Amino acid sequence: MSTPTSDANPQPRRQRRSRASRLLHSPVFFPLVGFIAVFIVMALANDNFLLPNNLTNVARQGAIIAIIAVGMSFAIFTGGIDLSVGPVMALSGTIMAGLMAAGWPPTVAVIMGLLLGMVFGAFNGACVAFARMPPIIVTLATMGIARGLGLIYTGGYPISGLPAGFSFFGRGEVVGIQVPILIMLLVYLVAYVVLHHTSFGRYVYAIGGNEEATRLTGIRVPRYKLLVYTISGLTAAIAGLVITSRLMSGQPNAGTGFELDAIAAVVLGGAAIAGGRGAILGTLVGAMLLAILNNGLNLMGVSPYLQDVAKGTIILLAIYIGRGRNA
Amino acid sequence: MALLALEKVSKRFPGVRALNEVSLQVEAGEIHALLGENGAGKSTLMKILCGIHQPDSGEILIDGTPQHFSSYRRACAAGVGIVFQEFSLIPGLSVVDNIFLGREPRNRLGLIRHGVMLKQANALFERLDIDIDPQIHVHHLSVADQQFVEIAKALSLNARVLVLDEPTAPLTPTEVERLFTIMRQLREQGVAMVFISHHMEEIFEICDRVTVLRDGEYVTTLEVADTDAGALVELMVGRRVDNIFPDHHSHADSDDIVLEARIRMAGRKHTDYIQLARGEILGFAGLVGSGRTEMALAMIGAQPVTERQMQLEGHKVTLKSPADALKRGIGLLPENRKQQGLILPFTCADNITLNHLKHFQTRPPFISRRREREAVEALMDRVRVKAPGSDTVVGTLSGGNQQKVVIARWLERGCRVLIFDEPTRGIDVGAKSEIYALMKTLTAQGISIVMISSELPEITGLCDRVLVFNHGHVVAALSGDEIEAGTIMTHATRQISLDNPTGSTDESVATLERAS
Repeated sequence: MSTPTSDANPQPRRQRRSRASRLLHSPVFFPLVGFIAVFIVMALANDNFLLPNNLTNVARQGAIIAIIAVGMSFAIFTGGIDLSVGPVMALSGTIMAGLMAAGWPPTVAVIMGLLLGMVFGAFNGACVAFARMPPIIVTLATMGIARGLGLIYTGGYPISGLPAGFSFFGRGEVVGIQVPILIMLLVYLVAYVVLHHTSFGRYVYAIGGNEEATRLTGIRVPRYKLLVYTISGLTAAIAGLVITSRLMSGQPNAGTGFELDAIAAVVLGGAAIAGGRGAILGTLVGAMLLAILNNGLNLMGVSPYLQDVAKGTIILLAIYIGRGRNA
Repeated sequence: MALLALEKVSKRFPGVRALNEVSLQVEAGEIHALLGENGAGKSTLMKILCGIHQPDSGEILIDGTPQHFSSYRRACAAGVGIVFQEFSLIPGLSVVDNIFLGREPRNRLGLIRHGVMLKQANALFERLDIDIDPQIHVHHLSVADQQFVEIAKALSLNARVLVLDEPTAPLTPTEVERLFTIMRQLREQGVAMVFISHHMEEIFEICDRVTVLRDGEYVTTLEVADTDAGALVELMVGRRVDNIFPDHHSHADSDDIVLEARIRMAGRKHTDYIQLARGEILGFAGLVGSGRTEMALAMIGAQPVTERQMQLEGHKVTLKSPADALKRGIGLLPENRKQQGLILPFTCADNITLNHLKHFQTRPPFISRRREREAVEALMDRVRVKAPGSDTVVGTLSGGNQQKVVIARWLERGCRVLIFDEPTRGIDVGAKSEIYALMKTLTAQGISIVMISSELPEITGLCDRVLVFNHGHVVAALSGDEIEAGTIMTHATRQISLDNPTGSTDESVATLERAS
């Protein structure tokens, strides 16, 4: 990113950027433009797209991927990746369901499920940070492990018979807004504050930007990497909470392919896959972009097979347009 | 007619006028020095010559014919070769594969003709009179040999114009001599060379003419024989710089030992002992690869060792990581600022505050951006970083300014010991002088400094004591009048018996003195 001064002689003064140029250079700018473009196309192509009901549905459907994509953002910002999010989501969800079905109080079951997600994430983190294994391999392996554990735990069948009150997280409403959307916004708010207003957030980007320099300057890199993957496990478990509550059953096979959607959301959000650059609000925009794509193509009656092709093409196009603009 | 001519080349980058109507003529068989401070536009000019950047206006002529280099490949095809400041070889490939990368000779089936490549590579090395096995993998080569491979690669396309961007920076004095021998041969063969270096004595040794740039403007072109170092420096910086070293007043308190370290590196036979007094500048001298950087990394716990006993102000400390060292007040300014020092996508501000964000946590764990910005701007003024703003991305700055950003990081960190590894590598005279002054100021505040440097004038001009490294061990400790270029080089280059690292010297190599 270059400095947007236009005068002939650069003054060695500390000048602040204008509001407009800050927006233009914000990592969220291009994702937002893409989002608005797709939004307009979908609105023109379908009469029903703009109905308030439909838009709320889009946001709610997108919430699951959006929540997972928060942890994925942390991992990608450090230059890593977490492929295990889908199965970890399913495993956490089925554990919550299983405990409740066994008569545990919902609060305790939810806490256990969230803890399990964190433990799984921490295990990923320990492998990456302390055993120095490559994240893509570690999480590819734990992806299989988590999926297998979920299937073993449930015997391959969904767990139902959950207490009615538990549906709050997936189907409830607070002041007219659906709870999944609220949870999503809350997760993003916390992530934003952590990434932009705490030292830990700064270290996340620093590790992705140059891990060796970060280490030599005296930052405890392994500790923060551990934390990053723990957060990814936690957000996957939160998504597990929402989806289990929405379906009112623990689905051991839920979340297949979600890791790819989450990665797509992060990258569509303007993050560099090599780390060091990206914005959490961009990820939110990216996740919502995917959601309106899914919804719009469905409304248009496009065949699901063709939808995959269309989605892939649009992702490629978006990355192509956005490439190198930060270099 | 000059073989190579750049006519009134101008180039702007957003916010910066990098070059303003700069001209340069190089004859066949001439070594032409390009001189200027960091940020004067040397690198930009060379990148334009090589097709990496395109000029906004102006022309490139080869043999009087205007050229349009839309890419690096085009420039290569037109006979321009470049040896970059940062090496562009691929370590995992063999020498010959590197030389022909991207244009391997192929047979009719599209398969690589290894024999032909090998023959051509051998012919190249013969022409340069260097002895490198073309089939060896590049990561086995010394820095100097890698440099020679770069030159061979640049010449392999029959380059008639060769750009050497600070080729001597990572080389030892002997290797510099080897490089100069090769350059003289190429001169005889009629190659036009542009040579960039911050070492005046090298320019006077090897170059025919010199062109000076300042702040993106052409200043003048002179015959090297008609000028002297003082005059060139004056042209470069626009003012007279008589002595780049601050006065030799020492702030060392030799009775107050801040740090004692007994370190035995992995795979070494002996334990080395290092003692550092308060306010002292201790030099680590020696050839590249003599173990100075490894020792520095070991001292901050960044490298595993066989034995490490450290006492800081009389207390035993255990350092398992650079973070432990930082906690105890020991900081490192690493050798390679791009790979080990800076977070390139970060702004100046974020780079500077990275290791002391705690200072700005008015309400932990939240950072006060306002306080951070104020502190950063004060620091940037103090080390005189030239940047449009504290939110300028650090990767866009010149080398000297980048180094100042890394230094600024340590100023408010409250360290007792700072290790500067090659703090002025690739930095112009003006910035060097500022960095030296800054180091003196730090020692006046009671901070102790270890300075690793391959530039002898820097060691002799600045250090209170010097440890000379050779083959991974400290082989001599010099102080006072012993700190003298010849003595240092004698210890640094003598053959040592590894069983007796402090044993008798072999004076035969004492002539290898690079400094003037």
